[in-house]
Amino acid sequence: MSWPCPYLGVQEAVISNPIKDMSADERLHLISVSLNKRHRKEKQLKLAGLAAITLAIGFLVVLMTNIFSNGYTALLQSEVRIDINVPKAEILGADGAIDIQKSQAFNWNGLVKKSFRAGFPDVKGMSDRRMLNDLVSENAGYELRQAIEKDPSLIDQSSFWVKTSDDVDMLLKGRIKTTLPEKLRRIKDSQLVWINQLEQKNDLRKVFNTAFFTNADSREPESAGILGAIVGSAMVLMITIIIALPLAVMAAIYLEYFAPPGRLTDFIEVNINNLASVPSIVFGLLGLAIFLGFFNMPRSAPLVGGMVLALMTLPTIIIATRASIRAVPTSIRDAALGVGASRMQAALDHVLPLAAPGILTGTIIGIAQALGETAPLIMIGMVAFIVDVPTSVTDPATALPVQIFIWSDSAERAFYERSSLAIMVLLIFLISMNLLAVFLRKRFEKRW
Amino acid sequence: MTNPTKLSTHDLNVFYDEKQAINNISMAIESNKVTSFIGPSGCGKSTFLRCFNRMNDVIPACRVEGQIMMGDQNINDQKLDPVLLRARVGMVFQKPNPFPKSIFENVAYGPRIHGLVSSKSETADVVEDSLKRSGLWNEVYDRLHDPATGLSGGQQQRLCIARAIAVSPEVLLMDEPCSALDPIATTIIENLINELQERYTIIIVTHSMQQAARVSQNTAYFHLGHLIEYGATKDIFTNPADPQTEAYISGKIG
Ligand SMILES: Nc1ncnc2c1ncn2[C@@H]1O[C@H](COP(=O)(O)OP(=O)(O)O)[C@@H](O)[C@H]1O
Ligand SMILES: [Mg+2]
Repeated sequence: MSWPCPYLGVQEAVISNPIKDMSADERLHLISVSLNKRHRKEKQLKLAGLAAITLAIGFLVVLMTNIFSNGYTALLQSEVRIDINVPKAEILGADGAIDIQKSQAFNWNGLVKKSFRAGFPDVKGMSDRRMLNDLVSENAGYELRQAIEKDPSLIDQSSFWVKTSDDVDMLLKGRIKTTLPEKLRRIKDSQLVWINQLEQKNDLRKVFNTAFFTNADSREPESAGILGAIVGSAMVLMITIIIALPLAVMAAIYLEYFAPPGRLTDFIEVNINNLASVPSIVFGLLGLAIFLGFFNMPRSAPLVGGMVLALMTLPTIIIATRASIRAVPTSIRDAALGVGASRMQAALDHVLPLAAPGILTGTIIGIAQALGETAPLIMIGMVAFIVDVPTSVTDPATALPVQIFIWSDSAERAFYERSSLAIMVLLIFLISMNLLAVFLRKRFEKRW
Repeated sequence: MTNPTKLSTHDLNVFYDEKQAINNISMAIESNKVTSFIGPSGCGKSTFLRCFNRMNDVIPACRVEGQIMMGDQNINDQKLDPVLLRARVGMVFQKPNPFPKSIFENVAYGPRIHGLVSSKSETADVVEDSLKRSGLWNEVYDRLHDPATGLSGGQQQRLCIARAIAVSPEVLLMDEPCSALDPIATTIIENLINELQERYTIIIVTHSMQQAARVSQNTAYFHLGHLIEYGATKDIFTNPADPQTEAYISGKIG
C-alpha cells in the first residue's frame, strides 16, 4: 500500500499493523468484549457516585433534623400570669409621671416575687419560698420595670404575664424528664405540684420568643438573644469586605497583568496559595499580636475582627479573581490593546466587568467562610460576655458563630436550645448569601 | 513600486524564548496600498504583522530585535509608548472580537480613550461615519445600543473594522480577517478593503491565494520565518522568481 504525500512524495508502508491484518469478525469480537468491560466499569462508577451522594445527603438530613429538633422550641417562651399591684406612690413623682430615680430605687424583683408568692399562701419556710421564687425569671422585675417605663398606662393593670425561669420553660417544653429521680432533676417534686396548680388556673402560656431576636446575650437564658451577635457579625463582615475586596482585586490584576515574570512573582504566587490553606486560628494569633499587641487596637472590637478575617479571606478572593480574569478570552484584551487602550484600561474597562460574576462568587464564598469563622475571633477577644448591642465597630461585640460556641458550652439546657436556634439563623444567613451569589451571577450574565 | 514607504523593517528578528520565528527580515511597505502576507501556517506571518503595532509586547516570551521605521521614528524602540503607536496602526484580528458591549460602545471606545471626541454629538458622528465606511451602518443604524455579540460573524468583523478605523489610523493590520467567515461575508470584506485602501495603508495576512490576488497590490511570501519573495502581486502570481513560492502558489506546499 502506498499513498501520495504532497510534500514528501510517495511513501511505502513497511511496518506490520495488527489491526489492519486481523479479520473483520475478529475485530468486532474484540471490540464487543472491550465494550462489555467498559459498560461494567461505567456502572460501577455510577453506583459509587450514587452511594457517595446518598451518604452525603443522609448525613445532611440527620444533621438538620438534629439541629431543628433541638432548636425549634426556642422560638417559644413560657410565661406565667401574676397578679401584681404596682404601688404608685413609690414610683410616680409629684406630677403623676414616672420618676425614673424612684423607679430605679424601687425593688421591682421583690414586688414580682412577693406578688407571685401571694398566689401560694400555703407555702411557708425559707427553702420552700426560695424554690417557689425560682419558678419566675430572675429578670422578671427588670423587664416589668422596662415595660412600665415605656408605657406608663400599664401601671393600672392588675395582672401581668412575666417570663418563667428557664427550668420551668424546659419542663413545659418536655425537655426535663419527670420520670427521673428527684435528685437528678432541676425541677423538684414540690415545684411540680405548684406548676400543676398554675396550669390548672390557666396561668401558664407559651408565646413567641421575641427576646431572642431583639436582645443581646444575657446570664438568664430566657432574656438571651442573638441581635448583638448578628449586628457584630454584620459589622465584622462589612469591614472584611471593605478591606479584602478592593485589595484582592487589585492584587489579582497586578499579578495577572503587571507583575514582571520572575522569581519574586513566583514566590508571591506560591505564598498566596499557601496562605489560603493556613488554619484560621493562626490569623487570630497574628491579629492578637499585631493589631492588639502592637497597634493597641481595642479588644473584642468588630473592627479588629474584620481586619483579621479580611487577611484570611484575601487569598480566597485573589485566587477566585485571578481564575475569572483568566477565564475571560484573551481576544477581548487584545481587542482593547489593539485600539490603543493601556493595560490598565484593558483590565478595568473590559476584562474586569466580564470577570465580575466570578469575582462576586469568589467574594461571597470567602465572606460566607468568614461568617462561619470562630477561632480567630476568639483569639482577639470577641468571645466576651456582652449584653449590649454594639453601635460602632470599636464597641466590644461578639459574632454569631462565637455566640453559638458560648451557648453550646453553657450548663443550662435552655442555652443549648438557643444555641441550636442560633445555628439555624446562621444557616439561613449562609443560604441566603449563596442564593444572592447565584442571583447576582445570573443577573450579570444575562446582560449579554 | 511607486508610492512612498509607510513602514519598513531592517534586519528584524523575532524570538519566542530561544526559538527564532522571524529571521532577518528587511522590507518596505508602500503607503496607501494593500500588501498581503502569504505562506504556509506557522511561517511567522502573524508574528511579523504583530511587530507593526507592538502587539508582541503582550507575549512575555516574545522578543523583537531590529528596527521598524515609521517615518523617521523607530517604533520598535522600547521607550516608545505602544499606546500612541496603536492609535496610528490599527488592527483587525483573525476571530471577530467585539467587546461584549453595545455596537455603539464598541466603535466609540477608541476615540473616547484617546480623547479624540469631546461631546456626545461628536462621538455619535464618529460612530456613524465609521460604521458607514465599514458598510455596516444600513444593517445596524436602528439598533446601535444592542449587544454587538448578537451580530453575525461577518457583521462582527466589519464592526471590528469600524472600531479600528474610528480613530483614523494611518495603517490597518488585518490578520486573516476572513478565515472565520462564510464566502458572502468574505466578499463583502474584500470589497471593503478595496475601498479602505484609498485612505489607509493596509497589510493583510491571508491563507487564500485568491484573496491575496483579489485585494492586494503587493505580496510577500514567507517560509519558516524567512521572507522568500516580495513584489507586485501580479508578478508573484504569474511569474514567481523563487521555486518555493511557485510550489506554494500552485498548491504543492500547504
Ligand atoms: N505565543 C507563542 N509562543 C511561542 N511560540 C509561538 C507563539 N506564537 C507563535 N509561535 C511560533 O512562532 C511561529 C510562527 O507563528 P505565527 O506567526 O503564528 O505563524 P502564522 O501566522 O504564519 O501561522 C510558529 O512556529 C509558532 O509555533
Ligand atoms: Mg497566523
